[in-house]
Amino acid sequence: MNPENLKYSKEHEWVKVEGNVATIGITHYAQDSLGDVVYVDIPKVGKEFTSMQEFGVVESVKSVSSLYSPVSGKVIAHNIELAAHPEIINKDPYDQGWIIKLEMANPSELNSLLSSSDYEALLKSGH
Amino acid sequence: MEQLKRTPLYDKHVGLKAKIVPFAGWEMPVSYPSGIISEHNAVRERAGIFDIGHMGIIKIEGEGALALIQHVATNDASLLEINQCQYSVLCNEKGGTIDDILVYRLPMSYIIIANASNADKDLAWIKKHATAKANVGFYENYCMLSLQGKDALKVAAEVLNAPLSSLKHNRLFWWRDIIISRTGYTGDDGVEFIVSKKELAGIWDLFIKKGVAPIGLGARDTLRLEAGLPLYGHEYNEETSPLEAGYSWAVKFGKASFIGKEALLKQKEALPKHLVGISLEGRAIPRQGAQVYSGDGKNIIGIVTSGTYSPTFKRPIALAYLKTNASNVAVEIRGEKLPGAVVDKAFYKRVK
Repeated sequence: MNPENLKYSKEHEWVKVEGNVATIGITHYAQDSLGDVVYVDIPKVGKEFTSMQEFGVVESVKSVSSLYSPVSGKVIAHNIELAAHPEIINKDPYDQGWIIKLEMANPSELNSLLSSSDYEALLKSGH
Repeated sequence: MEQLKRTPLYDKHVGLKAKIVPFAGWEMPVSYPSGIISEHNAVRERAGIFDIGHMGIIKIEGEGALALIQHVATNDASLLEINQCQYSVLCNEKGGTIDDILVYRLPMSYIIIANASNADKDLAWIKKHATAKANVGFYENYCMLSLQGKDALKVAAEVLNAPLSSLKHNRLFWWRDIIISRTGYTGDDGVEFIVSKKELAGIWDLFIKKGVAPIGLGARDTLRLEAGLPLYGHEYNEETSPLEAGYSWAVKFGKASFIGKEALLKQKEALPKHLVGISLEGRAIPRQGAQVYSGDGKNIIGIVTSGTYSPTFKRPIALAYLKTNASNVAVEIRGEKLPGAVVDKAFYKRVK
């Protein structure tokens, strides 16, 4: 369910690392809890964030959830499909539903993220 | 913490893998796996069935029943024929709203349908004002169920084998110990049932087997919001009158007296606030409590009472109280003032 090649945060985000670039999205658990996503408010290219800083929100019909950056970095891309089709996050949270890509400022921060089995344990424990 | 209550259909919702949430002291399904938008669309396109077993059903009997209702509620219940219903409001002395209700006139009694969050409050309030000639109590052992959508009457007639073709709006009839009323809270056509608790699960199953979509509270909210219908705790509270909410037609000043009449007569001259609909551009959703500014963003002129993403119109919509008139406003969402147009609060009107 939660791809093994990704890292996870306690805030239910996932990170895919390719070289110095981190692609970030929300997990299956997060999209399921939210319900139908109707809007994603995400930052422009060039904005910088530190680890655990709020970088945007995901809105569903019933609620708004903050998005927290699992690592520090600068936004180099955001998923433009989400403007017209925010529901992609529900349908494909780990691939087509990616939200932003960051050029990492401090890759060692990845060490404090969770592996897929740690994340699964977190979910089972009822966090 | 007080134990949350469950309707007789709780196990059905769990079986259908609904997301269960606490609401007004009850564990209720907020949505089923297909999701709020899909459920909303099912009602708008065909029909959906809602567990509303959490709503309060109050029975009033005795020769003082009508006089009691006339005293505590704003509408004129003497206009009700047998087997007819009317929307009404229980007000306090200041004209603030205790609850908005439906009043049913049955052959030998009256029934008041109360919001789940106010059932106990309403019962206590009505009892407090009752004389010895009126008997007031909960209608024990019965629960409500709602079937809404353009196909609702057709489906109900088939499933229950009931003659529904001549049932008019706001009328009811008894069918094998079920009270069927042509009432609803979605803006579409539909019927509501008052069913005995022991029959409820069986009736639910009949509709589900027929392919009717189960609808949770999430879609119940988006449907009523699109129709501009008020929800107590949002558009109504004890500091807000039915006049402000746009229900002056349910306040019959011709009645000799009722609780709140004097206060409402005074308020009628100049309403402190009035309820409007707001249609927004973009996608950010206004929520209860969001500040509403004048169109130029300079002055706060109101507050959002309910907001959502409208699945039918595919845009954010809101209900809000405004202190002044305006045709364009700006709603503050997460620090940004986003433009919106003031529109008729009945965003959705069913085609008659």
